[in-house]
Amino acid sequence: MIRLERRAVPSRLWTVATPVAAVLATMVAGGILFAALGKNPAEAIRMIFWDPLFGPNASYFRGQLLVKAGPLILIAAGLAVGFRAGVWNIGAEGQYIMGAIAGAGVALAAYPAESPMIFPAMVLAGALGGWAWAMIPAVLKARFGTSEILVSLMMVYVAQNLLAYMAFGPMKNPQGFGFPGSRNLQQYPSAHNPELIAGTGMHWGVVAAFVAVIGTYVLMHRHIAGFRIRVAGDAPKAARFAGVVPGRLIAFCLGLSGALAGLAGLFEVAGPSGQITDSFNAGYGFTAIIVAFLGRLHPVGILLAGLLMALTYIGGDLAQLMLRLPAAAIQAFQGMLLFFLLGFDLLTNFRIRLGRARA
Amino acid sequence: MMIAGIDIAQLVAMLMVASTPILLAATGELVAEKAGVLNLGVEGMMIMGAIGGFAGAVVTGSPALGFAAGAMAGAGMALLFAFLTQVLLSNQVATGLALTLFGLGLSALLGQSYQGIKPPATEKLTFGPLTDLPVLGPVLFNHDWVVYLSLALVAGVGLFLSRSRAGLILRAVGESHDAAHALGYPVVAVRVAALAFGGALAGLGGAYLSLVRVPQWAEGMTAGAGWIALAIVVFASWKPGRVLIGAYLFGGVTVLQLRLQAAGFAIPVQLLSMAPYLITIAVLVIISARHRRGAQVAPASLGRVFHASR
Amino acid sequence: MKRRSFLTSTTLAAAALGLGLPAMAQEPLKVGFIYVGPVGDMGWSYQHDQGRKAIEEAYGDKVVTSYVESVPEGPDAERVLTQMALEGNKLIFATSFGFMDSVMNVAAKFPDVKFEHATGYKRADNVATYDARFYEGRAVQGTIAGRMTKSNKIGYIGSFPIPEVVQGINSAFIHARKVNPAVEMKVVWAYTWFDPAKEADAAAALIAEGVDVVLQHTDSTAPQAKAKEAGIYSFGQASDMEAFAPAPRISSIIDNWAPYYVERVGLMLDGKWASSATWGGIGAGEVQIGEISEAVPAEVKAEAEALRDAIAKGDYHPFTGPLNKQDGSVWLAEGEVADDATLSGLNFYVEGITAELPK
Repeated sequence: MIRLERRAVPSRLWTVATPVAAVLATMVAGGILFAALGKNPAEAIRMIFWDPLFGPNASYFRGQLLVKAGPLILIAAGLAVGFRAGVWNIGAEGQYIMGAIAGAGVALAAYPAESPMIFPAMVLAGALGGWAWAMIPAVLKARFGTSEILVSLMMVYVAQNLLAYMAFGPMKNPQGFGFPGSRNLQQYPSAHNPELIAGTGMHWGVVAAFVAVIGTYVLMHRHIAGFRIRVAGDAPKAARFAGVVPGRLIAFCLGLSGALAGLAGLFEVAGPSGQITDSFNAGYGFTAIIVAFLGRLHPVGILLAGLLMALTYIGGDLAQLMLRLPAAAIQAFQGMLLFFLLGFDLLTNFRIRLGRARA
Repeated sequence: MMIAGIDIAQLVAMLMVASTPILLAATGELVAEKAGVLNLGVEGMMIMGAIGGFAGAVVTGSPALGFAAGAMAGAGMALLFAFLTQVLLSNQVATGLALTLFGLGLSALLGQSYQGIKPPATEKLTFGPLTDLPVLGPVLFNHDWVVYLSLALVAGVGLFLSRSRAGLILRAVGESHDAAHALGYPVVAVRVAALAFGGALAGLGGAYLSLVRVPQWAEGMTAGAGWIALAIVVFASWKPGRVLIGAYLFGGVTVLQLRLQAAGFAIPVQLLSMAPYLITIAVLVIISARHRRGAQVAPASLGRVFHASR
Repeated sequence: MKRRSFLTSTTLAAAALGLGLPAMAQEPLKVGFIYVGPVGDMGWSYQHDQGRKAIEEAYGDKVVTSYVESVPEGPDAERVLTQMALEGNKLIFATSFGFMDSVMNVAAKFPDVKFEHATGYKRADNVATYDARFYEGRAVQGTIAGRMTKSNKIGYIGSFPIPEVVQGINSAFIHARKVNPAVEMKVVWAYTWFDPAKEADAAAALIAEGVDVVLQHTDSTAPQAKAKEAGIYSFGQASDMEAFAPAPRISSIIDNWAPYYVERVGLMLDGKWASSATWGGIGAGEVQIGEISEAVPAEVKAEAEALRDAIAKGDYHPFTGPLNKQDGSVWLAEGEVADDATLSGLNFYVEGITAELPK
């Protein structure tokens, strides 16, 4: 008889060991999958995990790792604060879209004027856009007790339709020969979020991601507010005695995660992506939820988890290109990696015992 | 019955067929959520049902066996989710998202040899002269058996949850797993069973897409239907009868906007497409405001991890 | 098997080079493809991949092709294109409109790599564009549809209101009217390239409106199934969709990129590649008319084939005046032919179509 016993404190050893074990297990299971598809498993695994970091063109890929991981980390850092407090914002995708629309809206309204004030104004608008979108579930939750999980998720679809409407209507590039999509902000110097140091992939969004990691770390682990947030998540009733006002807590958590998601959207649309199109949101908001949990809701963990997710995307493309591995195999492989990471996490918080439970 | 040149009976018949996949998936998800588990992997289970059902029907030559295979594929995915969340106690939101990713990938791999094939046809049931009745004929007596099955399942789930002892236990588990456990009910077993049932229905819905609605296999063919199913459960405030209304509303808005376009009306498609989600939010607000001081509408243990410490 | 032979040939080539016999074996030309959808979509990306296979067949050991599928437009596309260039691909085909700005960015960084961008309008010394005159095929379909309809109502499922699709609707309508002055055109926009369920609903909506011939500019076979159920006629799109022949699918437009791809790779091998804008149609073989099935009466089939051949030979242009715009103003005078610039930005219906074009 196998049974689980909750650890009083999470195991330090397993905190470090489980992700490593999970990645190794994924390599074995993924290797079997790749072998079944007639590919050399060792080569495929190397392409995904090794080559982007240390392979022949690694200097380029390392920068791209930051480009891909930046928005994931930025969003996940904000989400984790809420998740710790038991505030479930799963609508970051919608907040990401609204941040992008608001920020790009400022740029498109100002076009073609050049001014150093435009980009800061866009950043502000992006954060506000995401914040405002997140305040809808926050207000409904605080006022009526409506589930923020469900409202924030519904708001994603509303945002997606609004994005399509913008791309085909008001924000369509008047010089785009009738094709959907806005002007490319990369070609509008005042609005462009450029690579700060050539070849490194660093842009303002990546900088913001690092700031968010540090900021949320200080907030959650070095500040009394973080203590209150964690108490609210672990013991909601006790939190009231500790002076936590539920409504304010909800507004703070949703507002923060919404603003960060909005910023991520703004930096993406003004930088690497460049354009508002109907498919510009590539699911970052949802992937960030996975990143937040993979990082165990800890800022440092999120940083590493974001980089790992980005690595599988970049390595996955490389494996497709070099080995003709189908994109579907990469997707299944990513799914496996997540399963193993999430499943193995059990060992951090529980002890596995053999034999009968003591009465 | 005609309004603005549109035959309403025909429109209703169309939206019934259009809504069947999301109705099936939403009914299944409702059972899982009633047991207290939030499975966001509906899209992944549906697409596995789509390829499982398609492959099953092509290999055996029988659509019925295909649907059975689709249900099994969906249930298999659900059991994977159940193992992770119920045995390994992983987070349900993250696991559900991973399940969708995995399902989309795996289905595409399995489907590679089924591209460009036509499946055996699922015939409409014949009701003789009833089919020719005005209004009622096209609405009630001119569908394939899966449409009727989906309606029967909604009714069956409704009765099961409200009238049967097993249904009562399932709801108890969803409301308070600790209390249910203290009363001696097998919380994990109930949840695994509810998840498997939900997965089977999602698989059935997916198979309906690949065997009847399209009918062909193509990668990513569910195109977000699983996410709509999740919205419908919320819209329905976890009541089976309202799932039917929700599915017909969500399916209906798509059908209606396309129908209006065909009739020559210029309509803002994207703005109209937001409507069901906004209505869902409004419904949520109304019911939560009404239940503020009373019983919660959502199962109280929804999405929470259960670990029996004793 | 294919992979093994590729390995041996490259190692042989490398060995030959190592032995100092460069004249004997040239290093194969590496050609990369980037697809927006999965190769298994049985539509757009699938047809491009058929073109890639044609290159392999035509040039054997002289080329090595690779591809990455399901690449989202935006930063991911830019990264994959860069990956391809870094991995030594000398000719890269980007097969979706939304890759346009990414192609331009990457092409600027790799001046010695040649890029081919499908359906776009931006070019450079190392960026060529290509597209197919699908509207030529629509003229043939319109002719058949105008003859086959009994209700005098033809349905058209549009994907997005972009010039390419508007060309198709106009062309089909003009030629249906030509053979049947009583014809009306009903248009439904699905706002998707590929969503089987929605396409099925779109077809059902048109059928409910009384149309008895359906044309589609979306990629799935769902409308075919609806047409079969309703006992009306339809046309295959992108691929032949022969599974639905002889009825409801009475003919089809097949995207056939093979001739263009083979030609461009040939130029590359001969060192004669130059940037160009190619817009091939039936004549060049890029647009193929699928077998007109026996459901179509012999005289209609002959009429349609005559039109096809006239277009192929260049004797006839589907947009030949007199043609008025929807508002009644003159577009083309008697005998005047539409110029390519107007067509590639086409954003209005011709006279006689009653629906309103979404803006």
